[in-house]
Amino acid sequence: MTAQPLLEVQDLTVEFTTRRGIVKAVQHVNISVARGETLAIVGESGSGKSVTSYAVMRILDRAGRIAEGSVMFSGIDVKAATEGQMRDLRGREVSMIFQNPRAALNPIRKVGDQIEDVLRTHVQQAMVSDHGEKAIEALEQVKIARPRERYHAYPFELSGGMCQRVVIALALACNPQLLIADEPTTGLDVTTQKAVMDLIVELTKRKAMSTILITHDLGLAAAYCDRVVVMEKGRVVETAKAADIFANPQHPYTKKLMRATPRLGVSLRDLLPEEEGAASAEPAPAVAAIAEGQQPLLLIEKLVKEYPRQGATATLGKLFGRKPPVEPDVFRAVDGISFSIGHGESVGLVGESGCGKSTTSMMVMRLLDQTSGLIQFDGEDIGGIQPAAFARLPQRSRIQMVFQDPTDSLNPRFTAARAIVDPIMQLGDIRGRDALRARCEELATMVGLPHNLLDRFPHQLSGGQKARVGIARAIALHPKLVVLDEPTAALDVSVQAVVLNLLQDLKARLGMSYLFVSHDLNVVRLLCDRVIVMRTGRIVEEGSSEQVLSDPQDSYTKELLTAIPHPPLQIH
Amino acid sequence: MSTVAPAVEPGPARTSGLVAILEQTRYVLGENKVTGFSFALLIVILLAAIFGPYTVPYDPLASDTAAALKAPSAAHWFGTDQLGRDIFSRVVVATRLDTFIAVASVVLVFLMGGLAGIAAGYFGGWTDRIVGRIADTIMAFPLFVLAMGIVAALGNTVQNIILATAIVNFPLYARVARAEANVRRNAGFVQAARLSGNGEFRILLVHILPNIMPIMIVQMSLTMGYAILNAAGLSFIGLGVRPPTAEWGIMVAEGAGFMVSGEWWIALFPGLALMIAVFCFNLLGDGLRDIVDPQRRT
Repeated sequence: MTAQPLLEVQDLTVEFTTRRGIVKAVQHVNISVARGETLAIVGESGSGKSVTSYAVMRILDRAGRIAEGSVMFSGIDVKAATEGQMRDLRGREVSMIFQNPRAALNPIRKVGDQIEDVLRTHVQQAMVSDHGEKAIEALEQVKIARPRERYHAYPFELSGGMCQRVVIALALACNPQLLIADEPTTGLDVTTQKAVMDLIVELTKRKAMSTILITHDLGLAAAYCDRVVVMEKGRVVETAKAADIFANPQHPYTKKLMRATPRLGVSLRDLLPEEEGAASAEPAPAVAAIAEGQQPLLLIEKLVKEYPRQGATATLGKLFGRKPPVEPDVFRAVDGISFSIGHGESVGLVGESGCGKSTTSMMVMRLLDQTSGLIQFDGEDIGGIQPAAFARLPQRSRIQMVFQDPTDSLNPRFTAARAIVDPIMQLGDIRGRDALRARCEELATMVGLPHNLLDRFPHQLSGGQKARVGIARAIALHPKLVVLDEPTAALDVSVQAVVLNLLQDLKARLGMSYLFVSHDLNVVRLLCDRVIVMRTGRIVEEGSSEQVLSDPQDSYTKELLTAIPHPPLQIH
Repeated sequence: MSTVAPAVEPGPARTSGLVAILEQTRYVLGENKVTGFSFALLIVILLAAIFGPYTVPYDPLASDTAAALKAPSAAHWFGTDQLGRDIFSRVVVATRLDTFIAVASVVLVFLMGGLAGIAAGYFGGWTDRIVGRIADTIMAFPLFVLAMGIVAALGNTVQNIILATAIVNFPLYARVARAEANVRRNAGFVQAARLSGNGEFRILLVHILPNIMPIMIVQMSLTMGYAILNAAGLSFIGLGVRPPTAEWGIMVAEGAGFMVSGEWWIALFPGLALMIAVFCFNLLGDGLRDIVDPQRRT
């Protein structure tokens, strides 16, 4: 191998000018990428991993600038290059894949045209005369089925995984030397993630390209990269070979990150940093002691939710009436599922996007009306009550929910305290300012939210703090059942570890039942006694967590499990 | 509970809501000189509206035929009109009436259009269709002609000018409010409010309305200028306030005939006042948009 690395970042410092003075987002970072190497930059939000890659491409926004250090890309000084040189470099020599594939594609242009745009700008290969052959070839490379038809598709006609493939095709169209992938699979299902990552690795290997993979997921970094750079708060804290870093992490932050990553063979407590994990006693095992004959807390039978299809095909089919409609007029989002949750039990509802798990939870929450089926809660049939009427009934306070996005689920104009007491003011029996405040502080203590944060607005709180506010609000009315809709999906792994432990403790303490809706089997296993795996509106497998994860029966469950990238972790 | 220690998570320095707003205002005014200027103008206009009638040198209605049609001088800064009334006094005194009409009509249209729009966006369905069609119907007319028609039909009073101006602006408010409420109707915090036992109307007023207020305030400032113009325009063509009341639109109308004979000051000064007021509210709207826009809070 030549001594000259493809990309050499030395002592890089990036500053952002803000109202509160200059913020150094990245400080004294050294990174080098050899030809043909795959490097992972791992870190939690705010660690500066994305800013580093933007500096390499020199696409920092106006407030940001490279203050110190140098970026050399195969002999070119990126810092001193003119904008024209950079434009040549971007796309042809260095290209980038962004997190949200749909946002990266122009929604009103056909994907084939978009690929040709890139080709025309950089290599003048694709002339009008070749009838899109080059673009079709590019689509073929990323294994898109029927590329000739997809050439004419608009981004909204393709699934998330398909869109990401198109973005990869765009990025690789000009055979760049370096590919920067910024969280390329966040937001995709695990099976899609595996397919996309396998594709990226295969293509870059074949073309002998270098890759920088920016991710928060240690498992992903371990599975696909040669070397790993760990960043924390704008600094590189550790650089090592992928195999070494997992076997023998040096920096305390790396160790903490690894501990916090959910994986096989560990309990919830193991995720916490050592000193905290040791200090806290193992929680009492969830007492899912459902006495024989005792009624389950929640009983779902043959639950169905149908949506009318409103596609052009259906309408046209009706108008012309010649061809019988290919698809039925209704779409079954949830197709006759039955399950139960016992008192004090936590049940995981797992599946990929579109499997109907969220629809199911919305119907249980009575935010959505079911088409048919029985929902029995604590012996009462609540399925017959209209969602609008349910809001004022006493049962409302018995079923509560923790939402997926802590930011979206808090009213931006309410303080944390106001958000927490909102259910009490509507449905609770505590009246009076002081009593409410006292209850609010009690709840804040329970969820580990410092009292001085109670008067802040959501935008003044961190993600973990917002999640705690959401949990405090959900438990404010002593609910019997709490639906957790991916409560940690938007959080960093270390915060996720803390929040999961908190949920476990609260459950043991308050005797609640959980319905945990998630796409992440690893996380579900930690918190749940039983797991239900859903696919296309049906339950494909159901059983105790250990059994489903260690000995899956259904082929789909097996596929889900193998798709999860596992870091080869051994933490003693 | 000792099992989970509250994690030390970074948070911004503690600032109360009011202080933050004042700081933001100061920042925007400092960054944007034009906005600062428009705020200063607004203060001048408000002072004139409140204290004008008590401080002007002449009675705005007192005629003095000996001093008719005098050019601006030390005694009469803006000159006098055909009846010898002091134009400076009349321009200043008219500020109160004109801003009152504008403010009242904007508040009225906010109550009608804003609330109807929020309801349309939140409930959808028939509410949405009815509000939408009302807005479409109003938009089908040339707006000033519609305002003329309303005043002509209902009668020449200040209340009817306010009403006409409000109705003409209805579609603007209804559409903005509808769009804003529509994107929030299924937001997480609205779902959470439902789980907390809030009824639909309570969600609308307590949870959604406050989130839409910033954009509505910007809208109000931007339409304020139009409201002033509309009121003055109605008076100009004789459908609004009646002479001899001091009002910018009437004064411009009265002075227009004298322009050809060289007495330019009669129409010019009330026209300038009108222009400055409209200008001020439009600039203010742009500035307010910066203040309420969280994107600017970097």
